[in-house]
Amino acid sequence: MKKTIITVVGNDTVGIIAKVCTYLAETQINILDISQTIVQDYFNMMMVVDTSNANKKFDVISNDLDGLGKEIGVVIMCQREEIFSKMHRI
Amino acid sequence: MINIFEVNETNKMIQQENLDVRTITMGISLLDCASSNLEEVNNNIYNKITTVARDLVSTGQDIEKEFGIPIIHKRISITPISLIGASACKTSEDYVTIAKTLDRAAKAVGVNFIGGYSALVSKGMTKSDELLIRSIPQALACTDLICSSVNIGSTKTGINMDAVKLMGEIILETAECTKDINSIGCAKLVVLCNAPDDNPFMAGAFHGVTEADVIINVGVSGPGVVKHALEQVRGQNFEVLCETIKKTAFKITRVGQLVAQEASRRLGVPFGIIDLSLAPTPAIGDSVAEILEEMGLERVGAPGTTAALALLNDQVKKGGVMASSYVGGLSGAFIPVSEDQGMIDAVRLGALTIEKLEAMTCVCSVGLDMIAIPGDTPASTISGIIADEAAIGMINQKTTAVRLIPVIGKGVGDTVEFGGLLGYAPVMTVNPFDCSVFVNRGGRIPAPIHSFKN
Repeated sequence: MKKTIITVVGNDTVGIIAKVCTYLAETQINILDISQTIVQDYFNMMMVVDTSNANKKFDVISNDLDGLGKEIGVVIMCQREEIFSKMHRI
Repeated sequence: MINIFEVNETNKMIQQENLDVRTITMGISLLDCASSNLEEVNNNIYNKITTVARDLVSTGQDIEKEFGIPIIHKRISITPISLIGASACKTSEDYVTIAKTLDRAAKAVGVNFIGGYSALVSKGMTKSDELLIRSIPQALACTDLICSSVNIGSTKTGINMDAVKLMGEIILETAECTKDINSIGCAKLVVLCNAPDDNPFMAGAFHGVTEADVIINVGVSGPGVVKHALEQVRGQNFEVLCETIKKTAFKITRVGQLVAQEASRRLGVPFGIIDLSLAPTPAIGDSVAEILEEMGLERVGAPGTTAALALLNDQVKKGGVMASSYVGGLSGAFIPVSEDQGMIDAVRLGALTIEKLEAMTCVCSVGLDMIAIPGDTPASTISGIIADEAAIGMINQKTTAVRLIPVIGKGVGDTVEFGGLLGYAPVMTVNPFDCSVFVNRGGRIPAPIHSFKN
């Protein structure tokens, strides 16, 4: 399993999760966990996904999500899980 | 599983507090490139570097993209060239041809710097060492990416004062050769005492002869992250202050360890060390000086600065050591003047002098770094400053370095622009009293008594 963390930050609007999830489904990326909160009026979502069966390469997915974020008006980042687990777990 | 707050904390460090990996440095041994034929040496060097480091830059970019962490520089360090060219180079001009080859190879693989145009002369100079040192001004003037260093002393050997004297002259000559571009050649030339073999940071990086054929060393950065963490503990006691620095250093270093392991795995090259240094940049909020000020100093340079820096340096090491399997290089806080906005401001306000910086170098890595001085400073005075720094390193068993830039045509109060990571600097006052009789004595200063440990 190749765990990847997708974060979405920006102004709340209708259909953010739907659009991101549609893209992930089309790309054969399985969602393992979703958590969402509002921080200082900002929509803040984190998804843990598995990219091992994805039908696109990592840099393509990353660029696609970046473009999708610009369309919706939010910032979407896509990072391998290790950068977080290394920093926050011994 | 990782939670949203931890993810946000990491991304905030990267996006708002300038957390980055300063450099992935590939160390390459050129010992197998030596020959008595100069053309053959040049060909061997070019072929080895462009083969071994072919994928370094693209691998670095892939890691940046996948983990979302900027890797600012990709660099190469090589075996000190005075060793590789010893048999083939009969003149300084011969060495300059190797410098040009290195520059060409570095550009071909797309790295930001290549370090190791170096000589190790801590006890004595061979003929080839001297030829290389005398070629430095020309080599730095006709190349773009080469960094040069000369090790003139160590705790074990004492200080080679002949080399110290020569380096004062070489630094001035380098300034003269690059006077049209603010004497920038001197920003790529450092004089070291107790130089480490595995340092990933420029200008002092070289690949020591004790190292493997190829190795990956990583330098992390993140003064902004430490500064931000300290903002949360204002007014609290030293225990809390130290714990906060340690925890933050741990987190920063873990990112470096991850990047180093990934780079090592993808390139099929062994992982050497992580350098724990806090390296500032001229960007706002990426300053070591600001950390010291956050601890409670009005300006860096004020009384208490040396203690604050000692504390910072020690806690960064304590936090970082556990985060990495191998720690090496310089590992401490850097205090370059031109690369740190807080230092620049302090110099302008008169809070920070060369003498105070010298005191600070006793407790941190590395030395008098990126300091612009008047272009009419005598060579013997520069040698005197080098000797002082080397003495601090020799006696305290630590690395010290001098990277002074005598800016030709500029005097105290002028500002000099170097560009990019090198930043800009106000020209600082140098003590006007003479030390030439001392510097000109010749010979070497013996190793200190506490070096005899066998």
